[in-house]
Amino acid sequence: MNSARNRELLGLIPASLLVTAGFAAVFVQERAVTSDASLTYGAVFLGLCLAAHLVLRVRLPDADPYLFPIVAVLASVGLVMIYRLDDTLAREQAQWFVVGLAFFAATLVVLRDYRVLERYRYLIAAGSLLLLLLPRIPGVGAQVNGAYLGIDIGPVEFQPAEFAKIGIIIFLASYLRDTRQLLVQRKFGPLTIPRLKHLGPLLLVWGLAMVTLVFIRDLGSSLMFFGGFLAMLYVATNRLIFPAVGLALFGAGAWFFANTVSHVQDRVEAWQHPFDPELYDRIGGSYQLAQSLFAQADGGLWGQGIGESLVKVGVPPDEAIFLPAAQTDLIYAVIVNELGLVGACALLLVYVLAVERGFRIAVLARDSFSKLLAVGLTTVLALQVFVIVGGVTKVIPLTGVTLPFVSYGGSSIVANFVIVALLLLISDRARREARTS
Amino acid sequence: MNGPIVRVFAVTLVLFALLIGFTSRWAVFERDTLQDNPQNKRALIEQQRIDRGRILAADEQTLARSVRRADGAYTRRYPLRGLFAHPVGYSYLNPGNAGLERFYNGVLTGRFDGLQDALRRLQGKRKQGDDLRTALDPVAQQVALDQLAGRPGAVVALDPRTGRIKVMASVPGYDPNVLRSAQATTRLNTAPGSPLFNRVTQFGYPPGSTFKVVTAIAAIDSGKYTPDSTVDGSNGVKISGVPLNNDGGADYGKVDLTTALTNSINTVWAQVGEDVGGRTMQRYMDRLGFEKQVAVDLPSSERRPSGEFCKGRFVRATNPCVDVGRMAIGQDKLQVTPLQMAMVASSVANDGVLMHPFLATRAVDPEGRTTLQNDPKEISRVMSTETAGKVTEMMTRVVNEGTGTAAALSGIDVAGKTGTAERDVARNITQPWFIAFAPAAAPRIAIAVTIERTVGGFGGTDAAPIAKAVMESILKR
Repeated sequence: MNSARNRELLGLIPASLLVTAGFAAVFVQERAVTSDASLTYGAVFLGLCLAAHLVLRVRLPDADPYLFPIVAVLASVGLVMIYRLDDTLAREQAQWFVVGLAFFAATLVVLRDYRVLERYRYLIAAGSLLLLLLPRIPGVGAQVNGAYLGIDIGPVEFQPAEFAKIGIIIFLASYLRDTRQLLVQRKFGPLTIPRLKHLGPLLLVWGLAMVTLVFIRDLGSSLMFFGGFLAMLYVATNRLIFPAVGLALFGAGAWFFANTVSHVQDRVEAWQHPFDPELYDRIGGSYQLAQSLFAQADGGLWGQGIGESLVKVGVPPDEAIFLPAAQTDLIYAVIVNELGLVGACALLLVYVLAVERGFRIAVLARDSFSKLLAVGLTTVLALQVFVIVGGVTKVIPLTGVTLPFVSYGGSSIVANFVIVALLLLISDRARREARTS
Repeated sequence: MNGPIVRVFAVTLVLFALLIGFTSRWAVFERDTLQDNPQNKRALIEQQRIDRGRILAADEQTLARSVRRADGAYTRRYPLRGLFAHPVGYSYLNPGNAGLERFYNGVLTGRFDGLQDALRRLQGKRKQGDDLRTALDPVAQQVALDQLAGRPGAVVALDPRTGRIKVMASVPGYDPNVLRSAQATTRLNTAPGSPLFNRVTQFGYPPGSTFKVVTAIAAIDSGKYTPDSTVDGSNGVKISGVPLNNDGGADYGKVDLTTALTNSINTVWAQVGEDVGGRTMQRYMDRLGFEKQVAVDLPSSERRPSGEFCKGRFVRATNPCVDVGRMAIGQDKLQVTPLQMAMVASSVANDGVLMHPFLATRAVDPEGRTTLQNDPKEISRVMSTETAGKVTEMMTRVVNEGTGTAAALSGIDVAGKTGTAERDVARNITQPWFIAFAPAAAPRIAIAVTIERTVGGFGGTDAAPIAKAVMESILKR
């Protein structure tokens, strides 16, 4: 028997119990009955995870045993919270969870050797850029809350940025693998000054981040891409000067646009003064952030309990949404409200565990491409959590990205499962090489 | 490459720590600030889902209760309509909470600690608030409103021994039940006469000669005067360099203080005030609670201080802006709430000890346990028992043979003082006042009455009969 996979199997049990307990809590709260349906949901969830686990057992016997159960815990929290908000959405989310697992399995099966990705890096880069800009193309794109994030394909709204981020990370990992030696070649005293032609890509990615910021109107994605890039650049070169210059550039650009471009300006103002009556009442103003903070305040240390928080007011048809985008942007605020600071910290710690596994995979990986890819993917995942939780808690301006595996959203859950699949692929190779060498 | 990877991980840990820090900030450290933010309607909406406790009168009549609507939310009903609108207040989503509904919102909504709440919910109990019991007397309150007969003004009566308020009437009033609709709220907000305001605690009026009781307390308790001390009561004595007239221009010659209070002689009390001085006057005003938000269990936004109001703020009696002589007879720049004047009467009635006025007596949870108890609480000893006895004697003379005879009750000695503040000398607009307590020997009720404006009315003719009727209804039942 394979001990890593057995540990993974054991890890899935608490995740399934979480689903069972969570659904039971919602049932008790909403209908004052404990239904055995919660057991069914728990069993179905366990079954799905077991299927994915079997694929892992066959395809990646040596992969990290903890990452998948950690992700299952996150997904179960998401399913329960979304079910508590709206059972139709929860059914959809459950379907997306299945689709996500399918993509997860497909990635494991199709990418027998993920290093082939390097071969197609320019194709992947071009495709990602196209995906990123797609929502801005008239007729295809849809503006959501002032940001061009989604495109409509038939019945499905699809957020291409979620997939673009994977492509861009793959490209950068491959590119930096090639140029990392060149970037650190020239030295003047203690300073490392790369040649301008090697600096080009850095400036290009910076430009891309700025374009994302201004044209896609998506500070969140911009921050994620650029942050991920800087982390990879730093790991590739081991020179602090690169991320330092990068951060300075990003800061300067963000500051410039915050003072010149009106919609960025509005976001920053709403962020700084969420209770200003004028901003509060303005459409797309600070109402959402203010409500998010109010919801968190009601949570306190222990929270009000699942199903207790105030999201909608009144009964249909006179129903009014009180907490806008509770199932996506503000799901963290709902979690703080219902599970309290303690529950929210627990959730953040689960993310920390996931991120820790990601970086451990990067450390264990043998070749630079694998290391850089793992660092990039993990950093993007961590930054996505930071961007949305930071937005909801007023650390940074609020932008609409999803809380990975927890928020409602098909593109997000599918894309994040692909990221996890890639990390597991890297892990399997690294650990197998370590075992056999 | 592993060194930088570990450092990148360290940076992400810092970022996550930042997230936990900010979550703690909103959920714990700045929780109260956020919950008190006026834009935060969560608590109000939340409350519509709670079976709010009842508010009860002294005779168990329900003043406020919650009814469950079809959608499961609760809404408030006030069965006695406008009778106790001002003290009880209201609790609706749109205008929010006011009055006792606001001050005791915590107990009325049954705010439990987390563990207790969880236990109750496990027992399958709906969230239910505590009942709030008051000392309010619906019969006497009705008498007060009938007596005011629609004239803007205020009546407040309390038990001087305990501070428990039995009557708190303010005209014009309103029916709190209509505040369910937003339009009615807007209408009432802008209605002439400000019906939403509680004139007992929120309006400051010139107290007229009722303030001479404060001067008498200061004069006698400071030891400078006795009720038998004589002072020149001639008309036209110069006070702060300007001649002061007695009512009707009457000339009294040398009179003692008892006579001077019985006949409300301005020149005597103005001279006494000047002689006692701003510092001493202020000391007694402090003990009586002047210059502080009037003490009662209502939200601070529904209370105001009393005192000398000069250049947009309350000032001490020692302030150069104050004419102590005229202040001593209730003129100058005094703005005083009716409750404050009732407290003046109450302190004399209770042997010189001022009790904290309370509307609510206690709160009782659904299991019958007392969760809050307003035991009688002393604010201060204003004067010695002897002084209180002397002032009582003087005030009894006012009702027996002076300006306040209209307040006399058969078989019960009443101690009182009239007041007639001039609001518009040219048009003969006055504001009549009367403060009193009874029975003089063992007081059970202290009262203050005022009518905002009358044409040529006097405290003795217009306010005293109201006080009489209310006291009679309380003492002779």
